[in-house]
Amino acid sequence: MNPPIVEFEHFSFVLEGHMLLSDISLSIDPGEFVSIIGPNGAGKTTLLKCLERIHHTSHTGIRIAGKSLAAYSQRELARVVSYVPQADGVLPLFTVAEFIMMGRYPYLSPCTPPRKHDKAVVAEVLELTGTAQFSRRHLATLSGGERQRVFIAAALAQEARILLLDEPDVFLDPCHQSEIHGLLSRINRERGVTVLLITHDINLAALISGRILALKKGSLVYWGDPEGLMQEDVLFDIYGKPFVFVKHPSIGKNVVVTDAPC
Amino acid sequence: MLNSRYKKRFLLGLTILAIVVAVGAPFTGMQFISLRSVLDPVSAGTDYDIFWRIRVPRVCISFLAGAGLAISGMAYQAMFRNLLATPYTLGVASGASLGAACYVHLGFMFSLLGIPGISVFAFCGAVLAVAFVYGITMLRGKRLASSTLLLAGVAISFFFSSLILFIQYLSTFAHSFQIVRWLMGAISVVGFEPVRQLTPFVLCGSLVILYLRHELNLLMAGEDLSTSRGVNVNRTRQFTFFATSLMVGGVVAVCGPIGFMGMMAPHICRLIIGADHRYLAPATLLFGGVFLTVCDTIARTIIAPAEMPVGIITALLGGPFFIWLLVGRSSDKWGMA
Repeated sequence: MNPPIVEFEHFSFVLEGHMLLSDISLSIDPGEFVSIIGPNGAGKTTLLKCLERIHHTSHTGIRIAGKSLAAYSQRELARVVSYVPQADGVLPLFTVAEFIMMGRYPYLSPCTPPRKHDKAVVAEVLELTGTAQFSRRHLATLSGGERQRVFIAAALAQEARILLLDEPDVFLDPCHQSEIHGLLSRINRERGVTVLLITHDINLAALISGRILALKKGSLVYWGDPEGLMQEDVLFDIYGKPFVFVKHPSIGKNVVVTDAPC
Repeated sequence: MLNSRYKKRFLLGLTILAIVVAVGAPFTGMQFISLRSVLDPVSAGTDYDIFWRIRVPRVCISFLAGAGLAISGMAYQAMFRNLLATPYTLGVASGASLGAACYVHLGFMFSLLGIPGISVFAFCGAVLAVAFVYGITMLRGKRLASSTLLLAGVAISFFFSSLILFIQYLSTFAHSFQIVRWLMGAISVVGFEPVRQLTPFVLCGSLVILYLRHELNLLMAGEDLSTSRGVNVNRTRQFTFFATSLMVGGVVAVCGPIGFMGMMAPHICRLIIGADHRYLAPATLLFGGVFLTVCDTIARTIIAPAEMPVGIITALLGGPFFIWLLVGRSSDKWGMA
């Protein structure tokens, strides 16, 4: 059996006197698809930012690929972990191809232009993500769905074994959401990339993930398979609100719908 | 969309233009100087001295200053993700101007190791501003947060500007006029000593920025994204801040705060060649040098035998050119859909 690729061991994170994450312990195997759910302010984004070392702490208590997070240089870490942040609305003034090439930064030398291999990787991820046809357009001219695919392509260009995504389907219509989810499943299945996905869609998390991690007020409240999550008491414990369960007509699994408005 | 072949050709064209301008500008001025005059000191008389002691050093200084200000503006725009950032955003020019105003007001007349006293004071003022801005930012936290840096820079800039006004208010009419004239920015040098003094600042600063071109690309895309791509954001900011601040401090100490160049030159290049700093950085460097050299040549020719402050020409020429590019190009270059 392969050793875990991500391990949290009694990990806590304090920012400006506020305990944002408290005593998280879990381990994720290579090639897993993990969804991170929880109410707003639960610490989901903080958890990913700690993994990427965007938040500055001593980072004791986190191990990536068997090595303490603190032992990585930022460039080394970028070769193992890549990150698709939440869309912040500010668009860099680059073309799609230029932006995706930036994903090769951990491998680029400051004194030489990108090598043949870098260009080949960019071409490959352009194909994989279906972004090749608009590779010469500026990011600002793309639709929301196209833009998210470009951000995922840029993260894939890092050739990292772990892909972190912070609500990549936010602001997208159901069709584009499903396109992004299909792409992530394919990346996980075909490339063996470990995916950690933050989502507010409980049904999606249950359908797409191998395991689900639920946070509430910075603490781990659920860590296990989707079947275990889709229980009335478990979801009530996470969200403090009852859900109605219905059987999905085509796949036969339980899905949830919200009760009357709060 | 511009492909990389076009960008390389543009850079090559700009390099050739830079050589043509740098070689041609010293021959141009109130009176044209022939090639024979500059090679033969005996028959040329004063033309030889005007060419080698005044015009060539002046062209060198304008090229260095233009290149330095332009690439500094580009670096600040990337570092702050703000297209309105200029090399003077962080108070370096205000610091230098305060130093120069103090020098004039106190009536000093000296030079230090061949450097004019006003330049020494201006550079000290620039360093003081840099130290203040850096100190204030680090007081807020161990990291060089861009928002704190920007606010500290703007605050110091306004504070120093007020002190300049105060000094002007207390000064005699002659001193006050001298301060205002210095604040307009002008390139008036004799001999190669100022060139020798300014070259290390611009050379080192520009090399640092060119070295950081990948990092600047990523900083434009945001701090979180840069960190996740492997950029040490804090270290990159420190290098950029010190390299550009010292470069701008050096330029302003010699030429005064020449306006327009630092903000508009990167924009003009961005509109022509795109936002990728692998191409944008060398293009901005060359364009800045060419543009200020041309402006200075016009400034010393247009109302000869008098001279116009070059800062007036840079805005007069660059403004309409920039508007023409802005209107003529598609808005997507600006990140606006």
